[in-house]
Amino acid sequence: MSTSTEIVCLTVNGDRREVGVPTHFTLLETLRYAMGLTGSKQGCDKGDCGACTVILDGEATLSCITPVWEAEGREVTTVEGLASAEAPHPLQDAFDLNGAAQCGFCTPGILCSAAVLLDRSPSPTREEIKEALAGNLCRCTGYTKIYDAVEAAAAVLRNGSGVADPVG
Amino acid sequence: MSMNGRKTKSDLRLIGTPMRKVEGLDMSTGRALYTDDLVFPGMLHGKILRSPHPHARIVSIDTTAAEALDGVHGVITGQDMPTKYGIIPWTPDEYPLCVDRVRYVGDGVAAVAAVDEDTALGALELIEVEYEELPPFLDPYEALEADGSTPYVHDAKKEGWNGNITKKVHLEFGEVDQLMDGSDVVVEGEYFFEGTTHTPIEPHCALGLWQAGGGFEGPAGESSGKLTVWSATQVPHYLHRELARVLGVDQAHVRVLQPLVGGAFGGKSEPFDLEFCVAKLSMVTGRPVKILYTREEVFYAHRGRHPFHMKYRTGATADGKLTSVDATIVLDGGAYASFGLITTYYAGQLLCAPYKMQAYRFDSTRVYTNKPACGPKRGHGSVQPRFAFEVQIDKLSQKVGLDPIEFRRRNFIGSNTRTINELRVTSNGFLECLESVERASGWKDRFRKLPFGRGLGVAGSTYITGTNYPIYPNEMPQSGVQMQVDRSGRVAVFSGASEIGQGCDSMVAYIAAEELGVPLDYVRVLRGDTDFTPVDLGAYSSRVTFMVGNAAIDAARKLRGMVQEAVAEEWNVKPGEVLLAGGLALWAPDTERQMHVKEAFNLAEAKFGTLGSTGWYNTPKDVHGDYRGGTIGASPAFSFTAHVAEVEVDVETGIVEVKKIWVAHDCGRALNPVLVEGQMEGSAYMGFGEALMEEHVFKDAEHGRAGLHDGPSLLDYRIPTSLDTPEFESLIVESIDPEGPYGAKEAGEGPLHPSIPAIANAIYDAVGVRMDRLPFSPPNVWREVEAAREAGTLCKPAVPVMPGVPFAPAPEPVPGD
Repeated sequence: MSTSTEIVCLTVNGDRREVGVPTHFTLLETLRYAMGLTGSKQGCDKGDCGACTVILDGEATLSCITPVWEAEGREVTTVEGLASAEAPHPLQDAFDLNGAAQCGFCTPGILCSAAVLLDRSPSPTREEIKEALAGNLCRCTGYTKIYDAVEAAAAVLRNGSGVADPVG
Repeated sequence: MSMNGRKTKSDLRLIGTPMRKVEGLDMSTGRALYTDDLVFPGMLHGKILRSPHPHARIVSIDTTAAEALDGVHGVITGQDMPTKYGIIPWTPDEYPLCVDRVRYVGDGVAAVAAVDEDTALGALELIEVEYEELPPFLDPYEALEADGSTPYVHDAKKEGWNGNITKKVHLEFGEVDQLMDGSDVVVEGEYFFEGTTHTPIEPHCALGLWQAGGGFEGPAGESSGKLTVWSATQVPHYLHRELARVLGVDQAHVRVLQPLVGGAFGGKSEPFDLEFCVAKLSMVTGRPVKILYTREEVFYAHRGRHPFHMKYRTGATADGKLTSVDATIVLDGGAYASFGLITTYYAGQLLCAPYKMQAYRFDSTRVYTNKPACGPKRGHGSVQPRFAFEVQIDKLSQKVGLDPIEFRRRNFIGSNTRTINELRVTSNGFLECLESVERASGWKDRFRKLPFGRGLGVAGSTYITGTNYPIYPNEMPQSGVQMQVDRSGRVAVFSGASEIGQGCDSMVAYIAAEELGVPLDYVRVLRGDTDFTPVDLGAYSSRVTFMVGNAAIDAARKLRGMVQEAVAEEWNVKPGEVLLAGGLALWAPDTERQMHVKEAFNLAEAKFGTLGSTGWYNTPKDVHGDYRGGTIGASPAFSFTAHVAEVEVDVETGIVEVKKIWVAHDCGRALNPVLVEGQMEGSAYMGFGEALMEEHVFKDAEHGRAGLHDGPSLLDYRIPTSLDTPEFESLIVESIDPEGPYGAKEAGEGPLHPSIPAIANAIYDAVGVRMDRLPFSPPNVWREVEAAREAGTLCKPAVPVMPGVPFAPAPEPVPGD
């Protein structure tokens, strides 16, 4: 089928990227199909499940219902961009330690929502965490371990380190 | 120490402690690869054309225009794969694509492979299908009463039979009628469990790659090619078998790979149309082909919880001993058999613990209807009857004046016993489960004593830890594991177990590390590939930890024995005195004498040659009743669960808020308590969603198009968000099973069961209203509340007043109006 393409220019995980994509592409399609960044997941393609959540100019954003041209010239962080070269992001480590990722499919989106929360609110209450994750469906965990992980990561980020390590 | 690893806690170093998952950081950093993340050069995208009719004959299909579309590489129809398949070998009743008849809205009729998804979708619109519509069966009772004047959903197996019936089971144990007549109290109830679906966040996805020729020879010397399929499946072994059979390829030339699976819950436990279609389309086009279901297709693929229509009569003595249980169940099966033969048995067979009953009868009938096929969802076939039965028990407790926890305690079946239907029960921690939730919830001070509108409810349950008989009859092991150690000290585990998020890759790594004394990060788990992993039958029926765990222990101990022998020879001591722990080989009488495991492994390799071992597990086969169906429900071990739920009911709106669920579960031994709690919380969550929110329902002709899904999206089919979900408190109970790996049993499905009846019973405690139909959604609750208000029964129920079971008086009942 003939579709017109356009070149979009955006910064993804710190890299300025120019890619040619069909004009109807979403940000998620651009990340997954044009850039090979498959960390962000497609669970519903309708903005219902939150698995595609990325950080767009500091806001948790559903990339599957964001037309790619809306990201033109803006900064995108995906799950692949949360870690530094030296270490995983404290959220990523805490999700592993606390059993917050079972199948792991919702995890990239939840991590992006949680990272935005902790950026704004270093000591969130459990209610605030629930609010921040209300757009991210998880079918495995019942959310409890996810709250534990976000709280543990918040403590690490506040203290620099020194959170109780459940693995001991 | 027995051969099944009955170590005491002090013998164990890693097992029983919180540990990371082997792929945990891959998941949280985005490195983990799922099927849709895989891309191959030249890969095409496939789409499936689906029936708009619930029941119709296919008169003709014209694919000419679709094939001519630029970018289309292949189009297939049912005629290209005219072999029936089905997960149960006795009930194959579906084609990969329909050949002559469609049986539900969404049944596949043709598939296309094209350069991209948009082109494939465009091609679907060009396929012309002529249908002759047939009257659909949407209601199971209408399907049961059908007389053949219009075509049944499936052709009758024999002249004069009703082709709408998949399976009928009638089993009777003990003198049901006599004991019922002699009971001091009898409770009768009618219950309805609405259908629900799994809703994994990852949609089904498969990728097929056909390599023609390549030196593979068929039976007649012809080149047969090689087929590789990657799929988000929880049963790679069955998929392997069915792909070979349906596509006519030698099993030895079929390879199935299972990338990480983004949730399954039973919804990916049989072959689906997309797996056959990617394979066939790759054969037709010579290119790799991927199909990813849309979310809407996931809802139509379904295979979820059957709607159950249930009638129960339950008798008891005046002092609260169960006498007789009589059940009649109709299962609304949808268009195909799926696991339905098993579901029909499970509907009755799995009810006979944790309570002792003197007589039991069930009559269950699975009916075909023109809706997406139902199948196994977490707690297969036993969640629905458990809801009804635990509410029945609550009603009986009230009638005889007993605290419902005390009632359950009095009927405890015990350990090392047989159920009325002759299933062997070994370890049983149900009493500890009851005590845990009783204590943690403050039950004694709060049951029947909370103000009007607030309530507590209890329920118990049991579930199988795998099945003693595999889906296709054979005497080979149910699970195999292969292990090798290398000169670096590293251990490689080749495991065919299906990782679907439950942590089975980690489980085998924990066992390898425990037995061989290496640090956890010295273990590599190589998995999910039928070319190099021994067979495991799949992730279903809560079998994996028990069976794969025992196989892994078997493999690891064979290696450990060789290492101990080699080190003992070096030290001139007895092999039994050599310990492997903490990355070291140590001499038990004086642990100052030690060496790095790497050195120990090198000594063993020098003595025995290259080190590798295989381990396997098979189930006991002689522990069931000698009657038709007696093997179904037989399991090497049963798990036990008790929940207490606390609710708040708003009688003006019908809104039920679940405040908290206390979940106590006997998992035998928690190999990693973090993962066990995760299974308990996830199960309770899923049950909670079914109790309050989820309805997998279809329109009839008066409300849209007959057979159309009512809302096939995650916005309309409401699964609980973080804001809906109550607090859970997990209470692990360890009964240390005599045959489980280190005493472990299942934790993935059992803890779902009591959520639903515990919430129903809590609603009764809160406002005196019985909810016998699911879900407890605001309209349904409000309707029952209004009926109770009119009848004058909307109030706090009476406190049970059994002599000898003291109860402080409840606060004055507050009428609802």
